[in-house]
Amino acid sequence: MTRQTPIKWMGGICLLVVLLVIGSASVQTTAYAQNSPEVLGTDAQTEFWRAIRQGEQGTVSIPDKNAAQLIQSEGDNWRALRNGPLSVYGAQALIGMVLVLAIFFLFRGRIRIDHGWSGWTVQRFNEVERFGHWLLAGSFIILGLTGLNMLYGRYFLKTLIGDSAFATITAWGKIAHNYLAFAFMIALVLVFIMWVRHNFPSRTDINWLIKGGGIIGPSHPPAKKFNLGQKIIFWLVLLCGISISLTGIALLFPFQTTMFADTFALLNVFGFNLPTAVTPIQEMQYAQLWHSIVSVALIVVVIAHIYIGSIGMEGAFAAMGSGRVDLNWAKEHHSLWVEELDAAGTLNAERDSVDRLSKEEAVKDEAVKGEPAE
Amino acid sequence: MARMKFLCDAERCIECNACVTACKNEHEVPWGVNRRRVVTINDGKPGERSLSVACMHCSDAPCMAVCPVDCFFYTEQGVVLHNKDLCIGCGYCFYACPFGAPQYPQVGNFGSRGKMDKCTFCAGGAADAGSDEEFKKYGRNRLAEGKLPLCAEMCSTKALLAGDGDQVSNIYRERVVARGFGSGAWGWSKAYPGGGS
Ligand code: HEM
Ligand code: SF4
Ligand code: SF4
Repeated sequence: MTRQTPIKWMGGICLLVVLLVIGSASVQTTAYAQNSPEVLGTDAQTEFWRAIRQGEQGTVSIPDKNAAQLIQSEGDNWRALRNGPLSVYGAQALIGMVLVLAIFFLFRGRIRIDHGWSGWTVQRFNEVERFGHWLLAGSFIILGLTGLNMLYGRYFLKTLIGDSAFATITAWGKIAHNYLAFAFMIALVLVFIMWVRHNFPSRTDINWLIKGGGIIGPSHPPAKKFNLGQKIIFWLVLLCGISISLTGIALLFPFQTTMFADTFALLNVFGFNLPTAVTPIQEMQYAQLWHSIVSVALIVVVIAHIYIGSIGMEGAFAAMGSGRVDLNWAKEHHSLWVEELDAAGTLNAERDSVDRLSKEEAVKDEAVKGEPAE
Repeated sequence: MARMKFLCDAERCIECNACVTACKNEHEVPWGVNRRRVVTINDGKPGERSLSVACMHCSDAPCMAVCPVDCFFYTEQGVVLHNKDLCIGCGYCFYACPFGAPQYPQVGNFGSRGKMDKCTFCAGGAADAGSDEEFKKYGRNRLAEGKLPLCAEMCSTKALLAGDGDQVSNIYRERVVARGFGSGAWGWSKAYPGGGS
């Protein structure tokens, strides 16, 4: 999948440079020329050509002044990183996460509601919250798939569907990626405003962590509206999402941002020693790398999030589906939240619209659900 | 089979930009796109030298390695061409290219840059040789007509050489031997006594 043979294209450079090194022996030897014009082959002008090889800027008469650089080698580092570690480790992480989840599912199976369905539901997320979530999730999935297609499509999809079908899909994918980016950014803001107050660390998180979130074993550590695992997802999505958005904007408006020069300068204040003279093309290379590194990392995290919100846990999907969760599920996974609602008198349990239980069973469970609505 | 190569002799290039103009005219390249450019180092100073650059048609080309739609290909003569029907204008080939060869009809505007354009070594592109379609998308296919790239053909000082790599280096080697080597060489310093300083 990777091509790491810079030696070969250096053939191109060699023609430009090496041959010219031999041939241009008189460049800048004006001092010699003046003093002893008869001397031959005294100076190969290595300095002159080395400078060019290392990115020396000349002048051009065309409007694009960036074209004055004869050779930029950073592109080769960029290529080596993107086609090398980024692609390889990225693929390993993505496949690895799917495998880990598959193995977990095989051994642990679906996490059931221990006390079974109660037949009563409580509101967990309202319409606005669910809209925000699905705007984020929907845009994320399409951004993720179209982005991964940019990175890996030519190795898989292209071989399956052929050159032109693949190019058409990728071109549309790029357009989708460019525009859905804004839906993603809006959703990120929405989600932040809606949920940040539930996501500050609290004391219960420590206990939750010690009990391992109750993933293994039957015990369910108490939690408020969001447990520590959910809080971690929240902050990861938020921080990585912002980072992805910023680098994405740099990619959308090529050669117009100085994000990495600024970031490096800021980091240098804290003792780093990063280059602050970043050329426009290097800005793009850094932006592309960081955008995809953080994206792939976040996709890996979100795959686990999707798993636990769907097949991984009974009763979890309803929270974002209908917005109402089963009371027993709520009591097991977010006991403190249920208590808070109960104390505030806003529990408002209703009969489950999905008839999972017979009427008698549901009535029998009245004790479980506490004070019903109305 | 010949392996096509460019060579620019910095001892001869006089920065006349004829190659640039010839290229633009031959292929009817749009404004803002420069398949070839002339870069001057130490402009106006002692030791000033100019070089004409375009796509160097690399072996194992970086552009080819990073293209998300994998639209580059080699001709039998080692010329690097690409298929504009497949290109999505992502700009990655430009990030990877050591020589700044790939060009775009527009930069910016929401990441839409149009199809990439670059030097074809006057070998056309992914369309029937000599067809109208080929000319519109890629420019003239002079190689198919048995001619070499116009930039080099035009070059008044023959600084820019284009053609089979073996022949190009033979010409160059002969030239180096004939004009001497180093500061006493025939050429610049003879034309401008005092080394041009
Ligand atoms: C939020 C705003 C975002 C913006 C403005 C944005 C913009 C871009 C742009 C301009 C590109 C370059 C390719 C192209 O021209 O289409 C790109 C590539 C990519 N994006 Fe995004 N994107 C965003 C969000 C995301 C998200 C959420 C993900 C992942 C879930 C993602 C994953 C990727 C990946 C994997 C690539 C391909 C990198 C490669 O080919 O090496 N992006 N993005
Ligand atoms: S476009 Fe650049 S990387 Fe590609 S073959 Fe030409 S010089 Fe090499
Ligand atoms: S701009 Fe076109 S040719 Fe260049 S890497 Fe992108 S798709 Fe390939």
